Amino acid sequence: MADKRTVALDLATPGMDAEGRPIRVPIGVAEGPGPEPDFSSERLLLNVGPQHPATHGVLRLVVELDGEVVTRVVPHIGYLHSGFEKLGEYRHYNQIIPLTDRTDYLAPMANNVALAMAAEQLMGIEVTERCQVLRVIACELSRIISHLVWLGTTAVDIGAFTPFLWTFQEREKVYDLQEAWTGARLTTSVARVGGMMADLPDGFEPKLREFCQAFPGVLDEVDRLLTRNGIWIARLQGIGIMTGEEAINYGLSGPMLRASGVPYDVRKDRPYLDYETYDFEVPIGEHGDVYDRYLVRMEEMRQSVRILEQALDRLPDGALNVDDPRVILPPKSTAMSDMEAMIFHFKQVMEGVPAPVGEVYTAIENGKGELGYYFVSDGTAKPVRWRIRPPSFLNIAALPKMAEGHLFADLIAINASVDIVMGEIDR
Amino acid sequence: MTPELKGFLLVSGIKVSVAFGTLFLIIAFVTWLERRVAAWIQNRIGPNRVGPFGLFQPIADGIKNFVKEELLPGQADRTLFILAPAMAFVPSLLLFAVIPFAAPLPVSFDFTLPVLGRFVHVGPVSMVIADLPIGFLFILAISSLAVYGIVFAGWSSGNKYSLLGGLRSSAQMVSYEIAMGMSLVPVLLVGGNVKLTELVRLQQDSLWFILALTVGFVLFAISALAENNRLPFDLPEAEGELVGGYHTEYSSMRFATFFLAEYGALVTMSALMATLFFGGWDIPGSWDEGEPSVIVSLATLAMFLAKTFFFILCYIWIRWTLPRFRFDQLMALGWKVMLPLVLTYIMILATAVWAFDTAGLAFGRTYVVALFGVNVVLLLAILWGLDRNRIIWGQRLTREGSV
Repeated sequence: MADKRTVALDLATPGMDAEGRPIRVPIGVAEGPGPEPDFSSERLLLNVGPQHPATHGVLRLVVELDGEVVTRVVPHIGYLHSGFEKLGEYRHYNQIIPLTDRTDYLAPMANNVALAMAAEQLMGIEVTERCQVLRVIACELSRIISHLVWLGTTAVDIGAFTPFLWTFQEREKVYDLQEAWTGARLTTSVARVGGMMADLPDGFEPKLREFCQAFPGVLDEVDRLLTRNGIWIARLQGIGIMTGEEAINYGLSGPMLRASGVPYDVRKDRPYLDYETYDFEVPIGEHGDVYDRYLVRMEEMRQSVRILEQALDRLPDGALNVDDPRVILPPKSTAMSDMEAMIFHFKQVMEGVPAPVGEVYTAIENGKGELGYYFVSDGTAKPVRWRIRPPSFLNIAALPKMAEGHLFADLIAINASVDIVMGEIDR
Repeated sequence: MTPELKGFLLVSGIKVSVAFGTLFLIIAFVTWLERRVAAWIQNRIGPNRVGPFGLFQPIADGIKNFVKEELLPGQADRTLFILAPAMAFVPSLLLFAVIPFAAPLPVSFDFTLPVLGRFVHVGPVSMVIADLPIGFLFILAISSLAVYGIVFAGWSSGNKYSLLGGLRSSAQMVSYEIAMGMSLVPVLLVGGNVKLTELVRLQQDSLWFILALTVGFVLFAISALAENNRLPFDLPEAEGELVGGYHTEYSSMRFATFFLAEYGALVTMSALMATLFFGGWDIPGSWDEGEPSVIVSLATLAMFLAKTFFFILCYIWIRWTLPRFRFDQLMALGWKVMLPLVLTYIMILATAVWAFDTAGLAFGRTYVVALFGVNVVLLLAILWGLDRNRIIWGQRLTREGSV
């Protein structure tokens, strides 16, 4: 009866069939046999999501409540499944970049950069110095807007609405910068294999400097409103604790991992884009609770501003893209007038850029954690397998572990602290 | 019917309709005010399209809500579902009936109408809809009725979120009802009366009760917040957790009625705070027992509204600043902090009142100032004892090792 695609369900919860008789309704797959279903129980099965104000997208949580205490929680994902990984197998490497806009759509630029880096690693391309600095700017801006969304939505989930609008106003400024750079606010597609889709526009640098100066002030305001607020502390401290060991065992990464006291940051431990030459700190929490995650992310935003300032200071002149006509499209003007350029243009558009046979895994530190791209190439211009390691997919797996035994309101706070984005989880 | 009785009925009828009509207008205005102040706090503009400064927005909202479809969920208990908004709304209006909102207005007339006959009224009209001798006891009794509307709404919706919201709200309101009622006992101790007009007169004669009962005011203000289900105590409708709480399934005017009830309670509680602790319509220094006149009535009405709106603004400010408590924290605050505090306060205040009386200190300014001294000491002790240098001085921020 059970083939390999079916998993035996030992969990069931009371439900009703059409005639009103209780039936066993499978609510998901859990670790080992759960408690015997108790049909006359006092427990309440609550379906949170996929449309719910606090599930940050289309996450669905099936929650079993004993009064207000969460006894079980089963996250259901897949409501936003788009098949990105499969779609990527039918695309040239550069054509995959627009797909990465839509996975972690709260930090699209960093995703673009990571994908370009993976393809470059596969092809053995070294990008120029200016390109590297621009990519650092893109990554850090992404980290800031990702954290800003997290900060605002978390505040709303805890009941403080005002910080939400303050942070979104700041996010808006970054979006203006993204729009100036790429023409798009959300689907930036800023990176290309071997370079960037465009150089910085005029007036970008002064605007970014302005942002770097003003932004910490706004952070301070939110800080004044929340960090020492008695209710905020009471709501967040000691909630959803993950010890360092547990965090590692669950494969957590990013602020979730660092709040538990594990000092792992891809930028420091496996540096890319010359991150080792930037001067910044990696904040570490000690208690692994929601409050520490809050503090870690707040500090990460400040550190990102530091990195942005350093990147602006060192921004070198020179070529943006690698000097290789097989990889980088020729400018439109020459493509229409120069025979050789036209041939390269034609070959790139029609055939793509072939990558040597092999496989590669490239990871960057995205706002939500370690974002990895894994490519397998058979020597053609399209990957045979593209796999994303989405940080929030792994982080959300720890939700039942963190939330069970807490109150329902804590479940919301813990879910917010995971900082999920469903585009990335469901892919 | 004697001409005097007819005159009285006429005056009362006009008074009731004008007062409640104004109350409705104020409630509508407060919804606008809340949105504008919230927008101001959040660097936004807020509603500014309908009329000058968007002032007619509440009217537009009302029209919209009237013409929207009324949805009745299939699982709902019809009777209770329809009844619940009214049960929430009526108490919040009734409360206003006992609050004196201006100095007595002199009204004299003597005229004859063709069919109805002669109407006579002589002498000042007390500017309160019903000057009940049970005063704020009426308020405590009626405000606890509002919980039925919410509980019924939560239960009858046939929705688990609504049910949780209703459960939370019943627990919350019952808990804070006690703290609120207890925090009014000191008023009784000092004022010796529950009649609100009498309490206002006492405050005119001496000083406002905020001086004599500072701690009592703080406790009452917090309980009133919880009683009104406003942030940080808005757990029954915590939108992050329970979607809309008890009113998740409500739409159109039924939803708006809950909304009106909330704002009605907000206005009434603010007015009550102004009346019990800030002298009601009293304008400090200006008042002597002179002849009632229209100007005095209008001036005192303006003063009353100013005080009321001050507290409304404070409520709005609090709402858009603070996060929400968790349910167990809310209950713990109610039972483990507020109630013992209030009881202790009653004991201390009763002792102080007894001591003053024994010492032969008559009720008056000295008496109130002496009580103020007691209150300041208590307030500092509470702040120091409860806070333990954690929140106000920020010691807890730098707990070991974090960042």
